[in-house]
Amino acid sequence: MADLLDALRLYVRLVRARLRAQLQYRTSFVLDVIGTFLISFLDFIAILIIFANVPQLGSWSASEVALLYGIATLAFALTDLVVGHLDGFPQTIRDGTFDLVLVRPRSTLFQVMTADFQIRRLGRISQAIVVLAYAIATLRIDWTIERAVVLVGAVVAGTAIFISIWVAVICIAFWTVEGREAANAFTYGGVTLAEYPIEIYDRWLRRFLAYVVPVAFVAYFPALFILGKPDPLGFPTWISFTSPAVAAAVAFVALGVWGWAVRHYQSAGG
Amino acid sequence: MLAALRLDLEYAKRGYRRYAAYPAATIAGVFVNAVFGFLRAYVLLALFAQRDNIGGYDGATAVTYAWLTQALIMTVFIWGWRELALRIRTGDIATDLVRPAHPLRAGLAFDLGRALYHTIYRGIPPFLIGALVFRLTLPASPLVWLAFVISVVLAVTVSFAIRWLYNASAFWLLDDRGVTIIVGMAMSLFSGFMIPVPFFPEWLARVAAATPFPSIIQIPVDIFIGRVVGTEVLIALATQLAWAAALLLAARGAFALGVRRLVVQGG
Repeated sequence: MADLLDALRLYVRLVRARLRAQLQYRTSFVLDVIGTFLISFLDFIAILIIFANVPQLGSWSASEVALLYGIATLAFALTDLVVGHLDGFPQTIRDGTFDLVLVRPRSTLFQVMTADFQIRRLGRISQAIVVLAYAIATLRIDWTIERAVVLVGAVVAGTAIFISIWVAVICIAFWTVEGREAANAFTYGGVTLAEYPIEIYDRWLRRFLAYVVPVAFVAYFPALFILGKPDPLGFPTWISFTSPAVAAAVAFVALGVWGWAVRHYQSAGG
Repeated sequence: MLAALRLDLEYAKRGYRRYAAYPAATIAGVFVNAVFGFLRAYVLLALFAQRDNIGGYDGATAVTYAWLTQALIMTVFIWGWRELALRIRTGDIATDLVRPAHPLRAGLAFDLGRALYHTIYRGIPPFLIGALVFRLTLPASPLVWLAFVISVVLAVTVSFAIRWLYNASAFWLLDDRGVTIIVGMAMSLFSGFMIPVPFFPEWLARVAAATPFPSIIQIPVDIFIGRVVGTEVLIALATQLAWAAALLLAARGAFALGVRRLVVQGG
């Protein structure tokens, strides 16, 4: 416990140092945030264009899909804020700078995850919040404490699921120098798949998203409960409450994969 | 004349080989394209579960669209081309200026070589994956195939000229990222890469039609799936050709202006 607190304290210190550094170039920072905010709307424009042609996608209305989109994108934006720099991780393997990480007195995963903190990702987070607010404002949800808890839980669990997926798949970089793009298929691919109701996918893909790379637990299952919608796929109601447990399981697997990959790492340097 | 063409061919070969050097990146990339191909295909099928026809598309052609756009994405290189901008930033552009070929011409030849590599290794494989799972519409007549090939070559040329133009902004701007991002956004939306332009609301479709971007994706796709036929195909190709010529001229002009204010330090 003391260790955990100590790690957390160190993390806060590192983040504060990075914030100070990044806020030095104020104009560049503001433009970056506005830029990311605008680009993030691109996928959502695609969804709006789809709904300009049809009233529903499967059994989901535009506002309902906006809810899925909002939850999934917010979770992913938070993930991007915390570990987005993992995109550059394969480069540290190639350069050999990962060897430095191995000799420092902190866990490797802690060092790699805290290596950067890109505050400009706030642009994406605010876009996700705008869409989520739009969804909630237009949906007339019958709010109860349970529903609010499931919503917040979904964002937190979703973030943990995405972080775990990212950590697990970036381990490909230990074997091939081209790890980034393969990892992108799971991370960016995962969030995009989570933005739509999984009901519209074919059975093999739905199963894959429920049991293998469980992004169905990020937005789809929690949203069913928040909306009071029976699952057209026949999953039981309690599945909406399992996202935190799934997140814990995925995190456990990701830790295992990382530990195993680092143990098998052989530096190219002499 | 012949010597110049031989030089172009040499540049094209270099472009091809540059990308052929990274086979692992190619496999990873095909995987990413396949993931998004499935996603787009299922979303569009859900759309066509409720409508039979949107702007000349039906379920089968829409699924073909989904896989064809994934196949074209690297060939026409929508995102993240910063080669010229980086050469301007580092000053390497000075070396290009003393070479016997005009940098724009050499760049285009190189890019067409690259596009051939990306068509073979990043275009055909994801399309085949799509064809294994879905029923895709293929052109029946060899003439349509020919028109499609011409259209893709023109699409690469238009895309190259646009990339060259926004990269040339690095002559004037300290940070060209903003321009790159804005053009990238306009390109992904208005080219019809994310959603076919005929699905757009009327006013937005009109905005798209006024830009060169549909020439990059929408026109080749429409020829392939047979949304445009007969003389419309010729009009479509002429549109692409006009944009290619106009944008190459603009790219040449912008480059000449930029070079005039270029100062490379060092000796």
